Amino acid sequence: MTTFNLTDTTASKISATLTQLRHQMGAPAVGMVLTLVVVCDEAGQYDAVRAATEAAREHPSRVLTVIKRDPYEPDRLDAEVRMGESSPGEVVLLRLYGRLTEHADSVISPLLLTDTPVVAWWPGDSPAVPARDAVGQLATRRITDARAARDAVAAIGGRHTGYLPGDTDLAWTRLTSWRSLLAAAFDRPTGPVRSGVVSGAAGNPSAPLLAAWLSERLGIPMELAESDGPGLTEVRLTLADGDLKIARTDARLATLSRPGQPDRRVALARRPTAELLAEELRRLDPDDTYGAAIQWLAKSPTS
Amino acid sequence: MGERDNHPTETAETPAGTRDVPAGAGPEVTPEQRDLEAALGLSVEDMSAENPLRDPRDKRLPRVAGPCVLVLFGVTGDLAKKKLLPAIYDLGNRGLLPPGFSLVGFARRDWAHEDFAQVTYEAVKEHARTPFREEVWRQIAEGIHFCPGEFHDDGAFDVLAMMLKEIDETRGTGGNYAFYLSVPPKFFPVVVEQLKRTNLANAPEGVWRRVVIEKPFGHDLKSARELNAITSGVFPEKSVFRIDHYLGKETVQNILALRFANTLYEPIWNRGYVDHVQITMAEDIGIGGRAGYYDGIGAARDVIQNHLLQLLALVAMEDPTSFDADSLRREKEKVLRSVRLPSDLSLGTARGQYTAGWQGGEPVVGYLEEDGIPPDSITDTYAAIRLEVANRRWAGVPFYLRAGKRLGRRVTEVAVVFQRAPHLPFSSTDTEILGQNALVIRVQPDEGITVRFGSKVPGTAMEVRDVSMDFAYGESFMESSPEAYERLLLDVLIGDPPLFPHQAEVELSWMILDPIEEHWAASGRPEGYPAGTWGPPSADAMMARDGRVWRRL
Repeated sequence: MTTFNLTDTTASKISATLTQLRHQMGAPAVGMVLTLVVVCDEAGQYDAVRAATEAAREHPSRVLTVIKRDPYEPDRLDAEVRMGESSPGEVVLLRLYGRLTEHADSVISPLLLTDTPVVAWWPGDSPAVPARDAVGQLATRRITDARAARDAVAAIGGRHTGYLPGDTDLAWTRLTSWRSLLAAAFDRPTGPVRSGVVSGAAGNPSAPLLAAWLSERLGIPMELAESDGPGLTEVRLTLADGDLKIARTDARLATLSRPGQPDRRVALARRPTAELLAEELRRLDPDDTYGAAIQWLAKSPTS
Repeated sequence: MGERDNHPTETAETPAGTRDVPAGAGPEVTPEQRDLEAALGLSVEDMSAENPLRDPRDKRLPRVAGPCVLVLFGVTGDLAKKKLLPAIYDLGNRGLLPPGFSLVGFARRDWAHEDFAQVTYEAVKEHARTPFREEVWRQIAEGIHFCPGEFHDDGAFDVLAMMLKEIDETRGTGGNYAFYLSVPPKFFPVVVEQLKRTNLANAPEGVWRRVVIEKPFGHDLKSARELNAITSGVFPEKSVFRIDHYLGKETVQNILALRFANTLYEPIWNRGYVDHVQITMAEDIGIGGRAGYYDGIGAARDVIQNHLLQLLALVAMEDPTSFDADSLRREKEKVLRSVRLPSDLSLGTARGQYTAGWQGGEPVVGYLEEDGIPPDSITDTYAAIRLEVANRRWAGVPFYLRAGKRLGRRVTEVAVVFQRAPHLPFSSTDTEILGQNALVIRVQPDEGITVRFGSKVPGTAMEVRDVSMDFAYGESFMESSPEAYERLLLDVLIGDPPLFPHQAEVELSWMILDPIEEHWAASGRPEGYPAGTWGPPSADAMMARDGRVWRRL
């Protein structure tokens, strides 16, 4: 990994450095498929960059990390360019001072890769309307994470007010393996579902979201219950002849039970952020199902 | 809120039971509907219409196979250890195996379930593509069973039938079985007969039984038909899955995306612009331990009949009306039906047999000195043929197919070579070293696409030279693409046949190859070529007669 520090610099100098470094590494044209803009603070920077770099192994990308520093300092832009021989793509950490903290887009837009998608990710605090945010406006896909909010459940419950197609939330991505398992369980006729309960640790934003999705798709009211966690622990759907249940207490292996059938264990591990991010980058078109779920969540808060 | 009104699930206040179509009431399909759907290429097994949790817009949810058992015959073979067992784990790791999925191994070994689990564990540890995860292994290990026995032993199959019944009860697999025959074709009749006798081949209403067979699908038209008669006598054609693992490769599927999702290539994909097409499958290895299989089969039957003719079909076919199995197969069949052989087979084909030589820095023995090969063998280890596709798009464009062992290096590719520009407004010295434009689809290794075109050499003189533009899968997409077997096994379990050749394609391929093989059988010994070189001189002469050369790989 080559690191190159530029202090008190500009976007064009950073761009020149990127080109020069790539030539030096002997790979002038790598097939980068997108630009990922990460907006975070200094404390969240390390984890976010690590996840983004790992996701870049599947989706080679230019990762632009925007870190807002003290707005009362004189205006200044510091940049740290990282390029590795072993990992595809490039990472640029941009530290913004003074009035520049309000104009991050002016630094980013000249650094976006030409004619490829732009994805914005807020691993920590996110704007109320991501698509109207200065950075968010540049992106076709905007990823937030309700879990990082102080009140995560309220955050996911309020997502639909700022929603525009192209938004998505990692609280939703964390549900994919649960949803996949549930959908597979319904591939065989189950008969009508009468009611259901989703249990999860207190304050877990994914639990109400899963309940909303099930409620919307199945046309039944769903209940929420609190458990000791970790994360989501159980989904129970009541059918005419018994309960269809997926229970997971160790965050790794779940048990699927359905009426008249033996219990089966199935791997259902919690996934690291890098995997969630990689899943997000796989499909860059608007996620209508997410849109419908948060709308449903806001409309009919589950009990 | 407009779209909510159209939603079939109504509102939260309506109990699901009162709706006209209760969720999961089961597909009520009349025979007429079934016929119509079959005619339209739709599948009555498509559950997504009834599943309230599935939505075509919800692209995150992967296709997951329904509950089922995979019965693997020939678990001790190389293919099982290196490819199939690891692929099953990788599918599990990607969350694509259903809960309750069970694997039954059948072989002539005195093993208990745990022994087979241990063999699987080792195969997974050594060969799986994805990282090892304890919880995934536990999910798979719970469903691993072993049935010891010989194929001729009725008792063993009775035990197998009972075991499957028991698995249905303990694992909830619902009677859905896939039988994977990873055994030499000579055992097909007895295994299939046993499956029939024990009534395992016969699917009751609402469940499926599938059989998976590996190449070779016969060694000529007659034997292919005999082989098919064996399976089709017991399993209906739609339940027979013929694995050609090349078709599971990302690049091969990408041929369709390249051709039919882009506007850039289709306008020039015809006799007006294409000069010729070269399809190559070169291997650097010899026959290794496969003497018993390979001798008498040879390169043409081993790979040209299946892999290379399938590649030809994908490159040359017209656009299918959709990407379902029927439409794809129909177009592929049309191409194979249009293939014309050279009028003089001795001029339009070439074959060779490797002799001792140096391969990649090591001395290697010739074919006739390999263990188990008779000294008078006339088996071809190199085969090249010139074909034409007699239709409006391709008339007059030769397709050169070549395959061989102990060649310079391992590479499989399809090269579409374009005609020279009709007029070059440069002096002849400027373009002296300019070749023909080419689009190369690299199948393995280093999957990707290369475009070769002329570019000005920097400097004051106007000199034009070939350069290449490259797209590599590894760079633009995944760290590692799924293995072909992963994709194909999943398709078998889901029941999705587009990537499996139909019996008609197999027979058409043999109709192309049989006259060539007969001609060769009657013309004595194949020409020798030293190991590590690119085939016999007659192959180069065959190209030279057309004023062309093989691409240097």
